[in-house]
Amino acid sequence: MSNFFDSRVARWLDDRLDLSPIKNLVEHKKVPIHHHTVWYYMGGVTLFLFLVQVFSGILLLMYYRPGENSAYESMQFITSKVHFGWLIRNIHAWGANIMVLFAFIHMFSVFFTKAFKRPRELTWATGFILLVLAMGFGFSGYLLPWNELAFFATKVGTDIAGVVPIIGEKLKIVLRGGDDVTGATLSRFFGIHVAILPALTTVLLGLHLLFVQRQGMSEPEFFEELPEAKKHYIPFFPDFVLRDALLWLVVLIIILSLAVFFPWELGLKADPLASAPMGIRPEWYFMFMFQSLKFLPPHILFFEGETLGVLFFAVAGIFWMLIPFVKLQNGSINESKFFTYFGLATLAFMLGMTILGYLV
Amino acid sequence: MTKIGRRDFVNYLLGFGGISAIAAIFYPIGRYLVPPPIREAEPTTLKVGSIDEFPANSSKIVRFGRKPVILIRDSGENIHALTATCTHLDCIVQFSEDRQQIICACHNGVYDLTGKNVSGPPPKPLTEFAVKVIDKEIVISQMKA
Repeated sequence: MSNFFDSRVARWLDDRLDLSPIKNLVEHKKVPIHHHTVWYYMGGVTLFLFLVQVFSGILLLMYYRPGENSAYESMQFITSKVHFGWLIRNIHAWGANIMVLFAFIHMFSVFFTKAFKRPRELTWATGFILLVLAMGFGFSGYLLPWNELAFFATKVGTDIAGVVPIIGEKLKIVLRGGDDVTGATLSRFFGIHVAILPALTTVLLGLHLLFVQRQGMSEPEFFEELPEAKKHYIPFFPDFVLRDALLWLVVLIIILSLAVFFPWELGLKADPLASAPMGIRPEWYFMFMFQSLKFLPPHILFFEGETLGVLFFAVAGIFWMLIPFVKLQNGSINESKFFTYFGLATLAFMLGMTILGYLV
Repeated sequence: MTKIGRRDFVNYLLGFGGISAIAAIFYPIGRYLVPPPIREAEPTTLKVGSIDEFPANSSKIVRFGRKPVILIRDSGENIHALTATCTHLDCIVQFSEDRQQIICACHNGVYDLTGKNVSGPPPKPLTEFAVKVIDKEIVISQMKA
């Protein structure tokens, strides 16, 4: 990389644009080496998976036709007639799931290594919003093939939005483009999936990456406390980037294998007059919320159980996003330990509810 | 003979692997982008309606398979059927009653009623279809070459 900055092209660009910040980053960015270094790769993998989604999504757009009478048919056309259409569709479907998985792993690893703390509060907050957007991508994209499962999942999902106090009913109608899930909903979800969410994600991802580059790699407390002589680093360019690239390749191979050996079924075309099929459930990353709502009694005090549940998740989400700003006043509690236990409890709750969701 | 060092060997291997990987990614994408042919039955004949409902000095455009065909009944009671796409740049042509010609509005191409390109940019004539009237029903069919 350092050779590049001596080249004529680089000098030409440097005269006009001042490449010194990039040069500085390339030459001086370093990655601490310790027994939690592996977690530094998770964000990069999520970014890579996002790019895979962007490219495979653009390819799907070449043939996909939104609409009650064309969406399912165009998906059938893609998977059965277009060369490698089945592959592109399955990469997109598997990639989506794995991207959300890695986003979760990235978030929890940042949480447990306490990398969200000052000065990285904004990196954490933008990251959390990106995860919510990724879940929005998953939810809106799920409907697009217009099959039976997607149709009912969307009915349930948008119905849950309806229980939000005061604005719920309006929100539901805006989301559905009417009272019910119809072709109008499909148009809306398509617009959300290919225009609104990508626009928001581009801005937030830009900020998130900018913050990461400005601040450099976070060093965990135990590493910071080491004497300088015992701190080991590797250069970001090219050492870390090459390792990252290798991991990206491994992840790509995993997605390809899943796409080839475990293709997603298209299922039956959505029929608004058919009864919901057995075993209808949301995508796995919504399961913990879906399952928790099922456990709530119909009424809690003066509120409907579901309303309270939805409010709880909304408040919990906001709290989780703002967690870097939480200061514990009481000196008797070890702040670091408190966060660890809190994170473990959250993770246990989410995992427990997800497993229950698949068992019950 | 020059000896290939260990480092060179690994570099060749990496280069070969890298090129193969790129090919393995771009080949499916290239194939994917080329749309598969959609087979549609090519009709040989087409009924286009009753002659009583098709007055003199009028025209209409019908679909013959995937191609638009212009059907013209001139002032002299003859019925003409021609491909309706201009041979210049693919616009759909129209019948000009007062000129008794076929014109293309896009770039002022002009054809006569047999489809011959008479003025303007069209390089080739319009293809003619055979027209028959069977039991007052107009039937058009592809002319045998």
